[in-house]
Amino acid sequence: MSVMTKGKVTDVEELKKIAKSVRIRILHMLTTAGSGHTGGSLSAADVAVAIYFSKMKFNPKDPSWKDRDRFILSKGHAAPLQYSIMAEAGYFPEDTTQTLRTTESPLQGHPCCKRLPGIEVSTGSLGQGLSVANGMALGLRLDRNPARVYCIMGDGEIQEGQIWEAAMTAAHYKIDNLCAVVDCNGLQIDGPVAKVMNIEPVVDKWEAFGWNVIDIDGHNMEQIVGALDKAEGIKGKPTVIIANTTKGKGVSFFENKVEYHGVAPSLEELEKAVKEIDNE
Amino acid sequence: MSSAQGTERKPKATRNQYGETLLELGRERSDIVALDADLSGSTKTGKFAKEFPERFFNMGVAEQDMIGTAAGLAVTGKVPFASTFAVFETGRAWDQIRLVICYSNTNVKLVATHGGITVGEDGASHQALEDIALMRALPNMTVIVPADATETNSVIRAVADYKGPVYVRLGRSNVPYTMPDDYQFRIGRAHVFHTGKDANIIAAGIMVDAAKKASELLATEGFDAGVINMSTIKPLDEETLLNAAKTGKVIITAEEHSIIGGLGGAVCEFLAENHPVPVRRIGINDSFGCSGGAAELLQLHGLTAENIAEAVKTSLKNAQ
Repeated sequence: MSVMTKGKVTDVEELKKIAKSVRIRILHMLTTAGSGHTGGSLSAADVAVAIYFSKMKFNPKDPSWKDRDRFILSKGHAAPLQYSIMAEAGYFPEDTTQTLRTTESPLQGHPCCKRLPGIEVSTGSLGQGLSVANGMALGLRLDRNPARVYCIMGDGEIQEGQIWEAAMTAAHYKIDNLCAVVDCNGLQIDGPVAKVMNIEPVVDKWEAFGWNVIDIDGHNMEQIVGALDKAEGIKGKPTVIIANTTKGKGVSFFENKVEYHGVAPSLEELEKAVKEIDNE
Repeated sequence: MSSAQGTERKPKATRNQYGETLLELGRERSDIVALDADLSGSTKTGKFAKEFPERFFNMGVAEQDMIGTAAGLAVTGKVPFASTFAVFETGRAWDQIRLVICYSNTNVKLVATHGGITVGEDGASHQALEDIALMRALPNMTVIVPADATETNSVIRAVADYKGPVYVRLGRSNVPYTMPDDYQFRIGRAHVFHTGKDANIIAAGIMVDAAKKASELLATEGFDAGVINMSTIKPLDEETLLNAAKTGKVIITAEEHSIIGGLGGAVCEFLAENHPVPVRRIGINDSFGCSGGAAELLQLHGLTAENIAEAVKTSLKNAQ
């Protein structure tokens, strides 16, 4: 695959097809690994696919190309999602996906930048990605590099105080080459986010912190692409997309099930799940 | 020995030298950026900030965010110097340092000031006595404690050229010039003032000067106590340490840090496995500090030249 350029995939139907393929690969990877985070990988899939394939400039053959757009998966447990996208984009051969979560694999349980070129900075301990994204955005701005930075957080993740430190920083330094996403799937390990530690009103919070906020259905590809387009046009402040999503999206028996936060599908479940996604 | 050099100059805090060297580096290199967490007046990054406002990022009182932002800047090719007090830099943001600096192996320079007990009157909450232990446990991290302004200048320049995570610990109070004027710091290379046949004092930071004075005191009583500045605590200069252990009968470590996990810990770990000799650790004895003058606190915690000399004599007696 050659250099991906901005607006490479503009057709929403095509993006939806890619999202299907990405979801199916996620499930295969997780079943082979026998462990991993199913629910949060599926919930953020549509947004992540739109970011990578409709917006980002990158070159899988030269992952450190200096003009690339940057992506940080702050909710690092959704690593299978990023790996599936990177396989789809041609960063590594398809059979590498079968090594997920094993000792020699570049595909560690959480993204590891020293193992996998194309990962900017390792994540996994929650709440840290937005600060790193800010730093990259500031560095690019100093170099007058027009590249943009994308960062996906979880809704449980924004309970971390560091997120709000970084939220202040992005607004204070008017970081407008950054687009953040909160994948609001409503569930975290111990239960519904609203019950474990309520984060609402999410939109008001980000607005109060000085951000441009776009509230969307995080599974509606038209809305996602529209929000990403809009974010690019906003100057003088950072943009956050509040993506309202369904944990386990695409597989009926995983959807909104808190127990599928950190459990991989069995072989039987995999077969049923792939059929559901295919027939959607 | 060239210990007499520079002693006429007025004592200077290592943080003051950092401010000056960072500013010079800023003039020489456009890839140098600096971050601070609302303490730029105290850490002396303020000098850099004044001349290069576009390359300076005050993060407010938010150490975790500062570390993450520094890592992001490093990924885009900048060489970030991130500074605040040692207790906050290492303690409040340890997991951030671990994940986005050490595990990610990003090219971030953590230069912390106000290390140790000589922070003085602000008291225990602001006195970092565990920072070296915290940083030393992290893979990929280099840990450096300069002894004076001369060494600080050389260290800051060396770490700017080095690619990888570094922790440099500086102090608040004025300290005498103790290193030779022509001294050139190299990462992982200890400076040997001389190797002693009776004992060798392995020191770092402000304790290097105290160790030299202790050695002079001991010489008047007929003891040959060597002095080694082990300014790089990780990676340890094992060759120099081994030579000292083989030349003298006992090793004394001296540091302005807890005796657990710092220079003393590192020396003991190495010698226990490679050349066991009696070691006596001088440092903070598993306690917190308190308010007081710097000199007063050093006395209170037994960190003076006299304390070191006494420890050498006791160790030699016990070793017989």
